Amino acid sequence: MRLPDVFTGAIRCFCATLFTLTFVTSPQLSKALTPEAAKAIAVGENDDRLAALAKAIAAPSDGLVRLIDALLDDAVKVAEGRVYIVRDGKAIDAATGAETTLPPNAEDVVNNNRVRGELDTARAAFSLLSEDRNTRAKAITELKDEANEAKLPIIDRAIAKESDAELKSRLQQLRAAMLVASSDKAKRLEAVAALASSGEPSVKSLLQERLQPTGESDPEVRAALANAIKAIDAKLVRGERLGVIFSGASLGSILLLVALGLAITYGLMGVINMAHGELMMIGAYTTYVVQNLFRQHLPSGFDYYILAAIPVAFTVSALVGAVLERTVIRWLYGRPLETLLATWGISLVLIQSVRTLFGAQNVPVENPAFLSGGVAIMSNLTLPYNRIAIIFFAFFVLLLVYLLINKTRLGLFVRGVTQNRSMASCMGVNTARIDTYAFALGAGIAGLAGCALSQVGNVGPDLGQSYIVDSFLVVVLGGVGQLAGTVYAALGLGVLNKLLEGWTGAVLAKIAVLAFIVVFIQRRPQGIFALKGRSAD
Amino acid sequence: MTPDLLDAGAKRLAEYREKHGAEATAQSGGQAASFARVVQSNVVDIASGGILYVDEVTVSFDGFRALNKLSLDIRVGELRCIIGPNGAGKTTMMDVITGKTKPDSGKAFFGSNIDLLRLRESEIAERGIGRKFQKPTVFEHLSVFENLELAAKTDRRVRRTMFAKLTASELDQLHSTMKLIQLAQESARVAGNLSHGQKQWLEIGMLLMQKPQLLLLDEPVAGMTDEETERTAELFLSLEGKHSLVVVEHDMKFIGELVNGGQREKKKIVTVLHEGSVLAEGSLADVQSNDRVIEVYLGR
Amino acid sequence: MTINTSSTLSQTRSLLSPMVRWGLLLSLAFLFGVIPFLPDFYVTLIGKIMCFAICALAMDLIWGYTGILSLGHGLFFALGGYAMGMYLMRQIGRDGVYKSDLPDFMVFLDWKELPWHWTGSEHFLWALLLMVAAPGVLAFVFGYFAFRSRIKGVYFSIITQALTFAAMLLFFRNETGFGGNNGFTDFKRIVDIPIATPSMRISLCILSGLVLIAFYLIARYLVQSKYGRVLQAIRDAESRVLFTGYNTLWYKLSIWTISAMMCGVAGALYVPQVGIINPSEMSPAASIEIAIWAAVGGRATLIGPILGAFFVNGAKSWFTVAFPEFWLYFLGALFILVTLFLPQGIIGLIRKRSPKSAPNIEGNAPTPPAAAAAANANQHAQGSQA
Repeated sequence: MRLPDVFTGAIRCFCATLFTLTFVTSPQLSKALTPEAAKAIAVGENDDRLAALAKAIAAPSDGLVRLIDALLDDAVKVAEGRVYIVRDGKAIDAATGAETTLPPNAEDVVNNNRVRGELDTARAAFSLLSEDRNTRAKAITELKDEANEAKLPIIDRAIAKESDAELKSRLQQLRAAMLVASSDKAKRLEAVAALASSGEPSVKSLLQERLQPTGESDPEVRAALANAIKAIDAKLVRGERLGVIFSGASLGSILLLVALGLAITYGLMGVINMAHGELMMIGAYTTYVVQNLFRQHLPSGFDYYILAAIPVAFTVSALVGAVLERTVIRWLYGRPLETLLATWGISLVLIQSVRTLFGAQNVPVENPAFLSGGVAIMSNLTLPYNRIAIIFFAFFVLLLVYLLINKTRLGLFVRGVTQNRSMASCMGVNTARIDTYAFALGAGIAGLAGCALSQVGNVGPDLGQSYIVDSFLVVVLGGVGQLAGTVYAALGLGVLNKLLEGWTGAVLAKIAVLAFIVVFIQRRPQGIFALKGRSAD
Repeated sequence: MTPDLLDAGAKRLAEYREKHGAEATAQSGGQAASFARVVQSNVVDIASGGILYVDEVTVSFDGFRALNKLSLDIRVGELRCIIGPNGAGKTTMMDVITGKTKPDSGKAFFGSNIDLLRLRESEIAERGIGRKFQKPTVFEHLSVFENLELAAKTDRRVRRTMFAKLTASELDQLHSTMKLIQLAQESARVAGNLSHGQKQWLEIGMLLMQKPQLLLLDEPVAGMTDEETERTAELFLSLEGKHSLVVVEHDMKFIGELVNGGQREKKKIVTVLHEGSVLAEGSLADVQSNDRVIEVYLGR
Repeated sequence: MTINTSSTLSQTRSLLSPMVRWGLLLSLAFLFGVIPFLPDFYVTLIGKIMCFAICALAMDLIWGYTGILSLGHGLFFALGGYAMGMYLMRQIGRDGVYKSDLPDFMVFLDWKELPWHWTGSEHFLWALLLMVAAPGVLAFVFGYFAFRSRIKGVYFSIITQALTFAAMLLFFRNETGFGGNNGFTDFKRIVDIPIATPSMRISLCILSGLVLIAFYLIARYLVQSKYGRVLQAIRDAESRVLFTGYNTLWYKLSIWTISAMMCGVAGALYVPQVGIINPSEMSPAASIEIAIWAAVGGRATLIGPILGAFFVNGAKSWFTVAFPEFWLYFLGALFILVTLFLPQGIIGLIRKRSPKSAPNIEGNAPTPPAAAAAANANQHAQGSQA
């Protein structure tokens, strides 16, 4: 709690200084718009008008805002040196705001694009003073690219008035950005110092621009600029590192979801299922279908389609899995290489079926509103909600699988059957049915993974293929039949992959990871959590 | 060699010589023990009269101790029977001796010069230890003849086998082995088509083709008929003296036949394993009357 | 020596049995008597399939006979292809689009000189060496580490799949210097003779046929030697082989390397005939298809994989013209049906029809799940054959 207090205190102090500064530098603040000024803005050569506008902005007033608005709406007329604003057939005097009658010989004021652009920026500058926070925030963003010294007074005013801490600091940066090109060296130095505390990539590029030969020439300021860039870099690096860890965790959680299903079918049952990726694809397409049904029949509840899609995706994939187990896989138990080939065949058939049904193109799956967008942790680090949700979802599924395997009767039977089939059979366990259940469970989890993937990636017939190599590596690395190993391996591979990507680029990272796995398996052929002993051969 | 091991070896040698006279001396080369002699690193040195020393070997799997300071001492030409309940560590012991499992601690020597813990499986087999698995393991898709041919003691390097031709003496040996294991008629049959008992015999035959000094036999008569069991016992007894044998068995009748037959009848040592270490060692009668053994076998 | 033995041996021991002799004569007659008179399309198709048949044969040596399923043989095939492709690219000379001494894609990437690994690529002999050396060395190094740490069964299959996948990613990169996505194409000449002529097509096709026959005979010698029986013994019971005193590492490594080199030669023959090589040859799907050729024909027979390659690829070229939609259904169904109902492939089917020929091997028919599962409950990790 104390740190923010200190922080806002410092800002307040700083603002107060600025406030006084502003008063000193622009003594005629908030004077009403004079008729002369209004005339100068509205009539004459464009250059003169713009100069007048710039001059007027230095002393903003309600009348000026009104005039600029009207100019932008083409609602300004001029007659006999007086400026009128005509709205809804009624005319008012632009300077005083009093209602008058429009002289019959009044002429329209015409604005070309250049004037219009300046008016727009001026308008944005005034929006800084708006009551609405969103309008102010928008205005700051708009002004970012139009920073020049002319708007300094209005920014100063906005800073003084601003109560929102975040907007205030953005305004101060904006001010510094304007001053950095000032003709006064002291001001430039001050601005650079202020900007150095920023952590934004855009500020960094602004400073870098000033460092160009065409920009800053004074060596002292140049040194200050270089230092400021260094300071910003230091801040950015932290965000980048956190970003890498987050995307690693995100990839890891996806791999975890993919590998959890495999941990059951391959790890526990010893069935090598090359169609696992295609079961995920089925889960993703199921999500797509559910989404479409919601859009058609229940548009008001569209955002909640994902909640319905999760169980449906699980069920559909589990059913497909059960059918596969009954028709193909059970005939191949104990023959892993044949299983591998047969399930590869299944994957081909499934891919082609999806192509026939849905076409070869990717299908669009929309995020529900509460999963789109993200939370900004740092200036250059925004964590998307959908990825955060998947991390939680992965651990939720992990927990479910753990409970299912270790705490339920079904889990007990599955473990019993996989460890000693004949003994389990003697104890009255229907081993054939347990096999089907276990395989369907693994397939269903693949469906869940597909449902999750539909929220972050493309949904297409090739969806499964792109994850299958990775996910098998996770299982191999984690060790067969080891849930804990699977978790560590998935997260470890995810983070490792992303870390290396930052260094070497995506492709070399992937190759490095593969090389790492091959070397790792040299040392620990049975995975991270080796099962030693006679059973392990 | 520690002094106490030397002592023990010398004592055993004396005992052995007393029993067998000159013949045994010639075989074990025991006389040479008192002279300086050349020991080749890849040829087992049995001058001390012992063929296998296992010393305080411990193996644990995930906290479970499969072997717990197991010590074993097999003499040249001995037929040793090892019994013990399931999980006593019999198979793990064989795994350690044949190089499949590396123990956490302890020593295992073949003869007095070959450190088994440093060699891989194929090297140990090459030095002269043959092993028969619990489950009969033969090359199912090869014929009986080919199974035996592969087992024959020859140069086993890749380049040699690519251009290998059977010599007349090897053929002779093959045929005599086939006769010995009573599969001469089945020579062309694919091993996968043999009966369970025949597979056991084929595996024993393959072991003999290796000409090992020490045979480790893991439940060699499991799944055999009574008649086959009897014949197996005869075969083993005929090997005694020429080879050293370690037989792990559950079948007490078979153990009885082995112990009561052959050269050193009724004086053969039987070892009882329990929970990874030696529970009792002695003659069959002693072992059978040992209270702890009875407790382990019958107490529960 | 005795009647018994000689009868055992005569079945398998003669390299040129009457059937093989007739087969050789027929295939030579086909190569020289029929190929030259076929339309271009068929010449290229048959030539291509014969290259695939070499791959299937190589796969059979490592999978059918040694029990090691490789899902990375497409990589070795592609490496051989790239070795030849580099030479063919250099043979283009200045006839490329950019009229440069460098291959077009390098000009496009603004490279000024050949990268180091293209040294010597202008020599045909170097290409011949490279097409066996590149896959051979890679297979040897990879195999040494994999086999030394006893990676086997499905583990090995997955690692090989990852290997070819990684290589594919690597070759997709422009920086690797192999033309990236597009690979090599637009060949003009081979040993200074124009490549896109009917006579060159026919010569290459016949050459592929001769190489196939030569490899068949080599493979036949290998599997009939004691070496081949050790390989089959490794497949059936590797631990028994180890405890018999064979260091199986060198056996597996040698056949693995030989098999990879055969694939390399096949790739090198393939590239000039189809006129293109790109990284898609290294995709996991391409490698796994090689396995299905061998499985369809019949593993652990030498003629089976060759038949399988002809059957599957013949079907592929027919389907992709007639019913492109259904090709994947067909291929997928083939994978499933062959593993379920035809573990011995086409050859097994023929043998079943004529029961008197060939030794029968028991235990390969699909067993009911309970029995099969019970029998195999402890064999997860072992790559059991059939």
